[in-house]
Amino acid sequence: MGATQTRSGQEYQELAERTGFSAEQIRNLHKRFQQLSGNEDTISREHLKSIPALANNPIRKQIIEAFFDKRNQHGNELGSYEEIGFEEFLMVMSHFRPPTLRTTEEEKEAMRKEKVRFLFNMHDTDGDGKITLVEYRKVVEELLSKSGTIGQEAAKAIADAAMLEVASTNVPNMGPDDFYEGITLEHFEEILKGLEMETRMHVRFLDVSTTNVYCGK
Amino acid sequence: MAVRAARSAGFTAVLLLFLVLAGSAWTGDAHAAHNGTPTTQEDPDQHHGTNATNHRKAFPVLAFNYDHVRKPFEISLWILLALLMKLGFHIIPRVSHVVPESCLLIFVGLLVGGVIKAMDEKAPVLDSKLFFLYLLPPIILDAGYFLPIRAFTENMGTILVFAVVGTLWNAFFVGGMMFAVCQIEAARVGHVDLLSCLLFGSIISAVDPVAVLAVFEEIHINELLHILVFGESLLNDAVTVVLYHLFEEFSHAGTVTVGDAFLGVVSFFVVSLGGILVGVIYGVLGAFTSRFTSHSRVIEPLFVFLYSYMAYLSAEVFHLSGIMSLIACGVVMRPYVEANISHKSYTTIKYFLKMWSSVSETLIFIFLGVSTVEGPHNWNWIFVIFTLVLCLLSRVLGVVGLTFIINKFRIVKLTKKDQFIVAYGGLRGAIAFSLGFLLTDSEKKHMFLTAIITVIFFTVFVQGMTIRPLVDLLAVKRKKESKASINEEIHTQFLDHLLTGIGDICGHYGHHHWKDKLNRFNKTYVKKWLIAGERSNEPQLISFYNKMEMKQAMMLVESGSAAKLPSVMAAASAQNIQQQREEARQQKLLKISKTREAEIRKVLRANLQKTRQRLRSYSRHDLFMDPFEEDMSEVRFRKQKVEMERRMSHYLTVPAKRQETPSVRKVWFEPEHKVYTYDDSQSPRSGAIQLNPRPSDGAALLDGSPQGSESSAAPQSADQSERQKPSRCLSDPGPNEDEEESIFFSSR
Repeated sequence: MGATQTRSGQEYQELAERTGFSAEQIRNLHKRFQQLSGNEDTISREHLKSIPALANNPIRKQIIEAFFDKRNQHGNELGSYEEIGFEEFLMVMSHFRPPTLRTTEEEKEAMRKEKVRFLFNMHDTDGDGKITLVEYRKVVEELLSKSGTIGQEAAKAIADAAMLEVASTNVPNMGPDDFYEGITLEHFEEILKGLEMETRMHVRFLDVSTTNVYCGK
Repeated sequence: MAVRAARSAGFTAVLLLFLVLAGSAWTGDAHAAHNGTPTTQEDPDQHHGTNATNHRKAFPVLAFNYDHVRKPFEISLWILLALLMKLGFHIIPRVSHVVPESCLLIFVGLLVGGVIKAMDEKAPVLDSKLFFLYLLPPIILDAGYFLPIRAFTENMGTILVFAVVGTLWNAFFVGGMMFAVCQIEAARVGHVDLLSCLLFGSIISAVDPVAVLAVFEEIHINELLHILVFGESLLNDAVTVVLYHLFEEFSHAGTVTVGDAFLGVVSFFVVSLGGILVGVIYGVLGAFTSRFTSHSRVIEPLFVFLYSYMAYLSAEVFHLSGIMSLIACGVVMRPYVEANISHKSYTTIKYFLKMWSSVSETLIFIFLGVSTVEGPHNWNWIFVIFTLVLCLLSRVLGVVGLTFIINKFRIVKLTKKDQFIVAYGGLRGAIAFSLGFLLTDSEKKHMFLTAIITVIFFTVFVQGMTIRPLVDLLAVKRKKESKASINEEIHTQFLDHLLTGIGDICGHYGHHHWKDKLNRFNKTYVKKWLIAGERSNEPQLISFYNKMEMKQAMMLVESGSAAKLPSVMAAASAQNIQQQREEARQQKLLKISKTREAEIRKVLRANLQKTRQRLRSYSRHDLFMDPFEEDMSEVRFRKQKVEMERRMSHYLTVPAKRQETPSVRKVWFEPEHKVYTYDDSQSPRSGAIQLNPRPSDGAALLDGSPQGSESSAAPQSADQSERQKPSRCLSDPGPNEDEEESIFFSSR
C-alpha cells in the first residue's frame, strides 16, 4: 500500500471540503479504493465488476455505470469516463451521505435534490434530460431480471403503468392526442416526494467516523 | 333534529341496558333461592303421582328459567353494552374529538360499576385469567399481524434499547425510590420491604400496548414515532415477565443473591428468545398448512387464528413471553399465508382480527372502570402521589438519557420533539393492573392496586387527552397519506438494491447486505416450501402491481366518479405513450359472452345501489377504503364492463364526437356517471354508436342502461374480440381456482 503515502493531508482537506466527508472517512475510502484498484491510481469498470458480492445484484450494471457517469461529478459535462480516479470515486460516494442533526432545512432540500438527480441520471442513460418509456422499461426489466422468468410482458406492463402515473400526476390536463415524451427531472422529483430521499438514500458506513472496514473480498 | 332524536334514543337505550344489566345481576341471585320452583312446575307428571296433597298444576305455557343461560347471557350483555357505548360515542361528535375513546370507555365502566355497587351487587372484575387468556391475545395478534415490518426492522435497535434498558431503568428507579419513600415515617408504610417495592416497580414500569394503541391510533402520528413507542410496548413484555416472576419468587424468600440475579439475566434471554422461537415454529407450521388449503378455503382463517393462539398459549405454559411469541408467529406467517390464501380469506382474517381486537379493547377499558369502583382500595396519599411523580420522572429521564446514547448510532437522529412524544406516550394500562391483581399478599396488594389504578387513570386520561393538542402544538410530523404508488414501489426496491450495491463496493456489510442475503435465502429455500404452486416464484414487484390493480378497481367501484385517479390500468388505452397502441390494446381486450354481460349488469346494479357511509375516523378499527372488501369476481366484472365501454367509445367512435373524454389516460373518465344508450339500429362495426350521455347519478346508470344494449353490445364485443385472446379469468372462481390470477399476466 505504498501509494497511500503520496496523498498528503492537504489534499484530503481539499477533498473533505468539496465532498463533505471527514478526513477519517476519506482515509478509509481511500484504503478501499486502493483495494479495488489493486494499488493503482484509477479504477476501470472491470475492477468494479470483479467484486463478488455485486454479482447477485440485479442492477449491477447501472450502479457501475453511475460511477463513470460524468453527470455525477457535479459538473455540467455529459458522457462517461473510461477510468476514474479517487476524486471521482469520492464524488459519487458523497451522494450517499446522510443528513446530521445540524443539517438545516435548506441543506436537506439541496441534499434531496442531489440524490434524486443521481437516481435520475441512473435511469436516463442517453443523457437527454428525460426518462423515456424505453429507458424506464429497461429499469423495470433489470429489477425483475434476477427474480425469475416472469417475462417481458410483466415488466412492460409495470413500466407503462408507472409512466402513466407520472404523466397523470404531473400533467393533469393532457388531451387525448398529446404525447408524453418522458419524465423530466422535475416530474421525477415530484413523484418521489413521498419517499424522503434525504433520509433513505444513505449508506451507513459513511456516517460513523470510526469505521469498520471489512475486507469485502 | 334527527341527530338529537338519535342521541336521545341512544341514551334511553343505554339507560335501559344499564337497568337490565343490573337487574340481571340481581335477579340471578334472587333466583338462586327459588331454584326449585320452575323445575317443579315443569314436570307435573312426575310429582302428581308421588304427592297426593299437590293438586295437579296446569301445564306451564311460559316459564322463566334464567339460570340456564345466565353465564352466556351476561357475557353477551356486557359485550353488547360495550359495543353500544362505542356506537354512542360517535353520535356525539364533539366529545370524541377531544376525548380519546379509551377515556370514555373507562368512564362508562365507572358509571356501570357505580350503578352495580349502588344495587349492592358484586360486579364482574377484570380477572387476570380472563384478561391474559381471552382479552389480550386478539389485540396483540391484530397488532403483530399488521406490523409494518420495514419500519420495525429499521428501528429495531432503538426499539430494543428502549424496551429492555428503558424498562429495567424504570423498574429499578421507581422501585428503589419508592422504598426510600416508604422509609419516611409519615407514610406509615414502613412494612413494605425492598423486594416488594421492586416488584411494584416492575409492574408499573412497563408501557402498555393496549393503551398506546388506543391513543396513538387516533392521533395519526408519523410512522417512526408510532413504531418506536408501539414496538417498545410490545417488546418490553419479556422484561416485565422476567422481573415480575423474579421479584415475586424472591419476595417470599426474602433475599436475593448474586446467583439469583445472574439467573435472572439468563432467564431474560430464555424468555424472550424462547418466546420468539415458539412463535416462529408455529408461524412456519401455519404457513405450511396454508399451502394445502386450496380445497377448503372456508377454514383458512381459522388456521391463522388457531396457530397464533396456540403459539401464545404454548409460550405461556413455559412462562415464556406470550406476547413476543404471538408477534413472531404473526410476522413469520403473514407473507406466506397471504400468498396462499384466497382474497376472501384474507378479508375475513383482517375483519375478524380487527373486530376481536376492537371488542377486547373496549371490554378491557370498561372492566377497568368497573374494577376501579369495585375493588377494595387502600388509599395512601404519600404512596400514590410519589408513585405518580416517580413514574413520570423516570420515564422522562430514561428516554432522554437513552436517546442521547442511541443518537450516536442512528442515522436519522431523534429530535427533542421526538423524544418528548416518546416520553409522553409511555402510557400504562390494563397489563399493569392485571399483574397487580395476581399478587397474593392482600394488604400490600390493595395499596399497590390503588396506586396502579391511579397511574393508569392519570396516563390514560391526562396524557391521552392532552397528547393530541400537544402534537398539533409542536407540529409533529403526521402520518403521510400513503397512496400506493407503483413508482414509489419500484424505487423502493431500486434503492434497496442500489444501497446494497454501494455498500458492497465500500466493502461494508451493513443493514442492506444482510437484508439482501435474507431475501435471497427466503426466495431460494423458504418460499418453495411454504408457498403453494407457482406463486412461489412471483417477485414482490409483481404482487404489488397486482394488488394495486385490485385497489384501483375497488376505488372505482367505491367512488364512482373518479376523474382524478392515476390510471394504473390504463396501460391499455395509453395512446400517449409511443409504440404502445396496437400491442397494448390487443393484450388487454377481453372476450365477454352474453350471459356474462347479464351477470355483470346484475352485480353492478346491486353494487351501485348500495350507499355506504364511510366513517373517516382513521381508527384502526375502521376499514375505510378497504380494497379487498368486495368479492374479487365482482371487481373483475366491473373492470370488464368499464373496459368494454371504454373500448366502445375509443375504438368505435369518431374522435370528434368524444367530448366527454377529455383525457384518454384517465381510465375512469366521466362516462362513469353518464348513461349510454346503444342504438340498436347502428351497425356493430361502424364508428357511429350514438352515445347519449345523460347526467344522472350512479344508481340510475344501470337501471337506465336499457336491455337493448345487451343484444347490441354482445355482437359488437364478440366481433371485436374475435381477434383478441380470450381471457381465462372469466371462469367462476370455484373452490379450486387460484383466485389471484390477474387478467393481465398470462404467464406466471
